[in-house]
Amino acid sequence: MPFIPHTPADVDAMLEVIGAKSIDDLFDEIPASLQAPALSRVPPALSEMEIARLMGERAARDGRPLSFLGAGAYEHHIPAPVWAIATRGEFYSAYTPYQAEASQGTLQVIYEYQSMMCALTGMEVSNASLYDGASALAEACLTAVRANRQSQSRRVLIPRAVNPTYVDVVRAIAGNQGIQIETVDFDPRQGRTAVASLQRWARQDVTAIVVQQPNFFGCLEEVDELTDWARDNNVFVIALVNPTSLALLKAPGQWGRRSDGRQGVDIVCGEGQPLGVPLASGGPYFGFMTTRMQHVRQMPGRIVGRTLDAEGRPGFTLTLQAREQHIRRSKATSNICTNQGLTVTAATIYMSLLGGAGLERVAALSVQRTSELVAALGAVSGVREVFCAPRFHEAVVALDRPVAPVLAALARRGILGGLDLSERFPELGHALLVNATETKTAADIGRFARALAEVQSITVGARGAAQQRSMT
Amino acid sequence: MTELKLREPLIFELSKPGRQANTQFPPQSAAADTAVSQIPAHLRRAEAPLLPAVSELQAVRHFTRLSQMNFSIDTHFYPLGSCTMKYNPKACNTYAMLPELAGRHPLAPESHSQGFMACMYELQEMLKDITGMQGVSLTPMAGAQGEFAGVAMIRAYHRARGDLERTEIIVPEAAHGTNPATATMCGCTVKEIPCDANGDVDLAALAAAVGPKTAGIMLTNPSTLGVFERRIETVAKIVHGAGGLLYYDGANLNAILGKVRPGDMGFDVIHMNLHKTFSTPHGGGGPGSGAVGVGARLLPFLPIPIVGFDGDRYRWLTLHDLPQSIGRLSGFMGNAGVNLRAYIYMRLLGREGMVRVAEFAALNANYMLARLRAAGFDPAYPMRRASHEFIITLKRQSREFQVTAMDVAKRLLDYGFHAPTTYFPLLVPECLLIEPTETEAKEDLDRFCEAMIAILREMEQEPGKLTSAPHTMPVRRLDDVRAAKQLDLVWKPAA
Repeated sequence: MPFIPHTPADVDAMLEVIGAKSIDDLFDEIPASLQAPALSRVPPALSEMEIARLMGERAARDGRPLSFLGAGAYEHHIPAPVWAIATRGEFYSAYTPYQAEASQGTLQVIYEYQSMMCALTGMEVSNASLYDGASALAEACLTAVRANRQSQSRRVLIPRAVNPTYVDVVRAIAGNQGIQIETVDFDPRQGRTAVASLQRWARQDVTAIVVQQPNFFGCLEEVDELTDWARDNNVFVIALVNPTSLALLKAPGQWGRRSDGRQGVDIVCGEGQPLGVPLASGGPYFGFMTTRMQHVRQMPGRIVGRTLDAEGRPGFTLTLQAREQHIRRSKATSNICTNQGLTVTAATIYMSLLGGAGLERVAALSVQRTSELVAALGAVSGVREVFCAPRFHEAVVALDRPVAPVLAALARRGILGGLDLSERFPELGHALLVNATETKTAADIGRFARALAEVQSITVGARGAAQQRSMT
Repeated sequence: MTELKLREPLIFELSKPGRQANTQFPPQSAAADTAVSQIPAHLRRAEAPLLPAVSELQAVRHFTRLSQMNFSIDTHFYPLGSCTMKYNPKACNTYAMLPELAGRHPLAPESHSQGFMACMYELQEMLKDITGMQGVSLTPMAGAQGEFAGVAMIRAYHRARGDLERTEIIVPEAAHGTNPATATMCGCTVKEIPCDANGDVDLAALAAAVGPKTAGIMLTNPSTLGVFERRIETVAKIVHGAGGLLYYDGANLNAILGKVRPGDMGFDVIHMNLHKTFSTPHGGGGPGSGAVGVGARLLPFLPIPIVGFDGDRYRWLTLHDLPQSIGRLSGFMGNAGVNLRAYIYMRLLGREGMVRVAEFAALNANYMLARLRAAGFDPAYPMRRASHEFIITLKRQSREFQVTAMDVAKRLLDYGFHAPTTYFPLLVPECLLIEPTETEAKEDLDRFCEAMIAILREMEQEPGKLTSAPHTMPVRRLDDVRAAKQLDLVWKPAA
């Protein structure tokens, strides 16, 4: 029996101590009418060798295409020590550090993680992580509603240049609590949120604005202007940021040009995946959240603090638990129970290995590769970059024909050519969101550009048909 | 006794400016500097963030030493009630991390995802079979998010019928804290009902609580009290009769795997903790995965995306297929890598293995209960069978010897055992909730019971050993009050 150590003699001895005749007797409180039928859709057991073969075949079927997909999940090099250590049984198979004295390893890792996230974001406190970037944004909106006591409206401005899937998640998670989402347009030439388009909300009751940096299109927002506008109007700023970019870009804690001590945003959140977590089909990743000390009691999720033990020596423990569901029940700041301990462990090791200097190199090379990618694709006939604002490691390019067949033809050549934006953003035309990180070489980019040129030339005949289809 | 008396400085204290793990750095180039110079100065950072500067060996040694300061399933018996700390098979991690699977981008086209999607589809089918449900979505990223999805579906169901007044969620007072917190997150109010002296739901209180405002009830079965809710069919009749739906909190699914199905008990929606029942790692507090299953009534409301199969190809079901869905709960499709580990675990166990899980979990729990009872410990529900876990109350010893359940928990650490869950459920005074799981051998259960007996003796003879425990950990008992009052949440360099 898989993973069950009992010998028949053990079972007999144990039943005797219990005073039961058979294992079935142990279930005698369950009404007979409820007895489950035999499982029909669970196949018979496989040995580990058979699983190895099955999973190997499944993996091979999907292959390892050359990918230029980003849109919230980014391929970065992960140093070998990161997962070699994170999957040590002592981290991998431990649970929530409720018994602090027997969990100092996990607790110290989280304390170091909190410190690193505060260093990156320029904020004062961090929680121990949330599920992922999208759900962290939903929690950030709810935190802003609790913390911004000058606002009664529960109205949150979310620019259209924010990742649209994240907005879907905010709606699904926060919608039942009466959060009202208002959209703000982006400048169609620049690809970033225009401060002028915020003016209709000036001096109205708005709880918070979300500023994504870099935004969904990879463009850099004028974060100082947006933050100053929000401050002038008593609107909280929720910065949604890519942690890799923060090695190069101004920390949200320093956004804004005010000199009256009211500089910086109120809440920072984002997706932690770029910090050493594999793409793995979308998870497990981790969401991070940092804020100012004055809002710490409004934060959702676990927080680790340093304290002293009975002998006056420093040690770590979960703290401020009066915010959480296991104490406060229906009055908790969130129903969240877990954090993403394992991926946070990986990220902490990743940040320790890279340090500020290494992370800056990762960010800089990603910027460089993306600009080379845009240049190479732009040289293909019928392809142009859509926006002119400065960018980080992602860009929108437009084709002269529908995107889906082009992406399918590229996929047949083993290249994932980016994300088709035409359904979400029809006003951008046949638009494609592409990304290149430090993992892409000049040769990779050349291969993509040549394949795109080839696909464009082959589908010339199909072009007329496609245009006809789009007209009908 | 185990000794875990390691100490390790903070990584920041090992840091020295100029030191680097260079092998991990991408090359520096003038081209990169030029590309970066395209970013206007006012959007850039003035100085590099204050992250550690250490060598690769320093980092490896630091985090390896930290790992050695943890109890874990791989190193210690971990009978943490309600958490199902069973062995996490190594194969689950190894094969979920095959390069193609670890490297698969979540937005990769279906043409490059058929292998992965086959695993997810089969996982959905197996979970339907085990729970007796009609549909499954794997997207919730933890138990609490599964609960959220479940209650949000219940609300969407009532709304779709124009039944807008149904906003009350009933929970037994012994429920997990996530139940009432979830109800609040879904915009509902909470009505708590008591349990009777034998741990069953008080049916009279339930009948009085339901009405035209009832959205549904959230129940765990076996309950958080470690006993099977015997009158579950009556509970279902009362709640359905009042127009409400039944939510099954899958925290204790390990107890009934293959024995009883929540769908057959009358539940309309269930979340499963794949990190408990299906043995994905707890990872020091996460990630989990909280797949949800539903009966026919709630099928249209499942969270997206879900994997569909047309007999030939797998494809993603989205809002086009499920226009009434409660929507997306994660940036992509939830904790896919966790779901893969659960898939591999279920294939390793197979049909027969599933049923054995519940049987041996129950055997281990009832054996420990019998041994501890014979040694003089008081079960909280002496008239009942244990399910996969059971509760000991130390109320009597606490009065007699001035020791608490927490003292016993801390002393168990010295004996080399992770402590059971303490002070939950809240309504049993000075309680220990003990869940051995099916993967522990009789010898380990015996060693634990003997440690408990030795501690009982210490209570009588030298209670100071308990009240000052632990003695063998990296730290002595920590000052939680100080931690909350003098907040130290972030390392800062000395000024």
